[in-house]
Amino acid sequence: MAESELDKVSGKTTTGHQWDGIKELNTPLPRWWLITFYATILWAIGYWVVYPAWPLLWSYTRGALNYSTRAAVAVELANLQKIRGDKMIALGAASLADIEKDPALLALARARGKAAFGDNCAPCHGSGGAGAKGYPNLNDDDWLWGGSLDQIVQTIQFGARSGHTKTHEGAMLAFGKDGILKPDEIGTVANYVRSLSGLSTRQGYDGAAGAKIFVENCTSCHGEAGKGNQELGAPNLSDKIWLYGSDEATLIETITIGRAGVMPAWVGRLDPSTIKALAVYVHTLGGGK
Amino acid sequence: MNKIVQINSDQVEDVGSLYAARKKVYPQSVFGTFRRIKWSLMAFCLSVYYLLPFVRWNRGLGAPDQAVLIDLPNSRFYFFFIELWPQEVYYFTGLLIIAALTLFLMNAVGGRIWCGYLCPQTVWTDLFYAVERLIEGDRRERMRKAASADPLKLERISEIMLKHSIWLLIAWWTGGAWVLYFTDAPTLMKELVTFQAPAIAYIWIAILTATTYLLAGFMREQVCVYMCPWPRIQAALTDEWALNVTYRYDRGEKRRSVKKANELRALGLPAGDCVNCYQCVAACPTGIDIRNGPQIDCIQCGLCIDACDNVMKKIGRPTRLIGYDNDINIQRRMAGKPPIYGIVRPRTIIYTALIALVGGIMLYALLTRSLLDINVLHDRNPVAVKLSDGSIRNAYTVRFLNKRGFDRVVTIDVDGPPDAVLHVVGDDSITPDRPMVVLGRDSTTELRVLVTAPSEKNSERSIPIKFRITDIGLGEVASAIDNFVLP
Repeated sequence: MAESELDKVSGKTTTGHQWDGIKELNTPLPRWWLITFYATILWAIGYWVVYPAWPLLWSYTRGALNYSTRAAVAVELANLQKIRGDKMIALGAASLADIEKDPALLALARARGKAAFGDNCAPCHGSGGAGAKGYPNLNDDDWLWGGSLDQIVQTIQFGARSGHTKTHEGAMLAFGKDGILKPDEIGTVANYVRSLSGLSTRQGYDGAAGAKIFVENCTSCHGEAGKGNQELGAPNLSDKIWLYGSDEATLIETITIGRAGVMPAWVGRLDPSTIKALAVYVHTLGGGK
Repeated sequence: MNKIVQINSDQVEDVGSLYAARKKVYPQSVFGTFRRIKWSLMAFCLSVYYLLPFVRWNRGLGAPDQAVLIDLPNSRFYFFFIELWPQEVYYFTGLLIIAALTLFLMNAVGGRIWCGYLCPQTVWTDLFYAVERLIEGDRRERMRKAASADPLKLERISEIMLKHSIWLLIAWWTGGAWVLYFTDAPTLMKELVTFQAPAIAYIWIAILTATTYLLAGFMREQVCVYMCPWPRIQAALTDEWALNVTYRYDRGEKRRSVKKANELRALGLPAGDCVNCYQCVAACPTGIDIRNGPQIDCIQCGLCIDACDNVMKKIGRPTRLIGYDNDINIQRRMAGKPPIYGIVRPRTIIYTALIALVGGIMLYALLTRSLLDINVLHDRNPVAVKLSDGSIRNAYTVRFLNKRGFDRVVTIDVDGPPDAVLHVVGDDSITPDRPMVVLGRDSTTELRVLVTAPSEKNSERSIPIKFRITDIGLGEVASAIDNFVLP
């Protein structure tokens, strides 16, 4: 440490530090200011003692208060459940139709439903319910098992072909695989199905033969005009929405191997008010009947 | 190389120490013009601060009737006829800009007017000094008492106790007034005295009592000298024309005793007016000598002007040996020219023009702001849905803002995609093609809105769509633009 010296110009001493001949004047801080600074250091040491601070090899110092953010989160979550509990009881007590009339209940049901949808339904139906090939889009107005609130609740509760005793049953036969129809008949009826919704048909296709095959094999489920049957989960073949695809090859595949999409039953896994909220959420996505 | 220099200890103030001991200041009481100005401004500022929460303003049934209220739980700010929502905080930005520009203008005209007369630190410190003076006596008495080595007598102890009690009372009242701005003042007052107020109110009062007591009772001028950035900024912003509290050394130098000066004048020789009475130093609340020229420690409160004027009157010399002046005029007088005061100059004109401009913009924005608003958020997943008849539907989350103090009914319609049909989820009104929605007073309403349009008439991938709401009573209209997307 170099010597401190008197600066003639300012009348102050220097600190003794020197850099390339440039010296620093000693301009001291007031004592209380320094005491404040030391106090903050002491405060930090107090922090080490009271709160978790130092990482150890396999653990950490836990501090005198034994504070843990994880425990704090657990408490917060418990409180949240309590707050939600009261509101969810109100939701459970209201009838499905009343929920959509009450803006507060509707907002609650949609919020709860959206969260539950993200946790349980999004893996198949997509986070916005837009679906995918084989997984119905829940935003549109085309419903396999019905789009009213009660029907949606029914489907969520028991699923489709889920094995539950009350589940939606019925599957499309594998007309080709089981030898009911020959490959050329399948091609003909596939073109007939396309014509039902105004799609183009293959050149040289025999419409009368197609209609005959359709009446003999398909109308029992899909109806004479191919309008479908929600009792059986048979889709409407005359609209613009196709669960698996409307091109000829896909239709031939569908008729050959049959279709039987599965949705699990959620009763018992989700509580009734959550299922209610889910139904309201799906219903208000836009397609609800 | 470090040169070793021998220093005499008497040459050095505080050898090698990193501490600067505070020299306690004992300002003497003064009477005069600037003291009167300071008393009046103190009375004005404190009355506004303490009484404003009790001023009432009728906003109709159900709305708070406090003229100035920061309603945090409901996120509203009320200022007489103005009610601001959280998204309108930019008005505060404008206010801050105006405040800064006003500070600059004050500085360009008359130096640290803010520091000397208006700053809360100055006002409360001045008030605390007044209390101190009333109880412990003026400068000399306080210095004598502080320096006294005698054991404390009962009289002295009671003096100290009384002073701190009054200080704490003022500080407590300061903190108390602060919390009144955040909730209905008369109700909170009642709750405070019956000990039923929320804990947070007591905590804030305690915090502000402590800061007021510490800042005005103990830290005082150190806040200005060490903590406040404004003296530094002010020193960089000032120019040679700004009027600052200045010792007119052209008149004052050389300093002599009254007797000596009179002898010189009798002989027709020049003599300075400063008689080295140190009254300016004694009166100074920051403990400086104004005769050393402009300095960061000087808050320019003008009390040294009063102190000096009183002495000048007594010795029969003209007053304002210390006054609002600048170096230019000192030089001019020394050269025998009359002083000039350039208050109107580019700098002050620009500041004034900027204040008028920002103020004008704010006023315009405030007068023309919409009390009905609509925000639209397009569904992201899925962006578009194909329906069974082949038409396309887009879903939107629409938020309505009703800033008026009463409920109102609006109709919604859209403009953009040909043959678009609107449906509000949960709506079963009698006019389904032009849905009506009730918007609660002073609140927002959020609805899910579905727009369906046939695909054959809409071949573009994305069509601009305009949502418009119309208040059926007042005819007020608000709209928002989004897009209608085809898959």
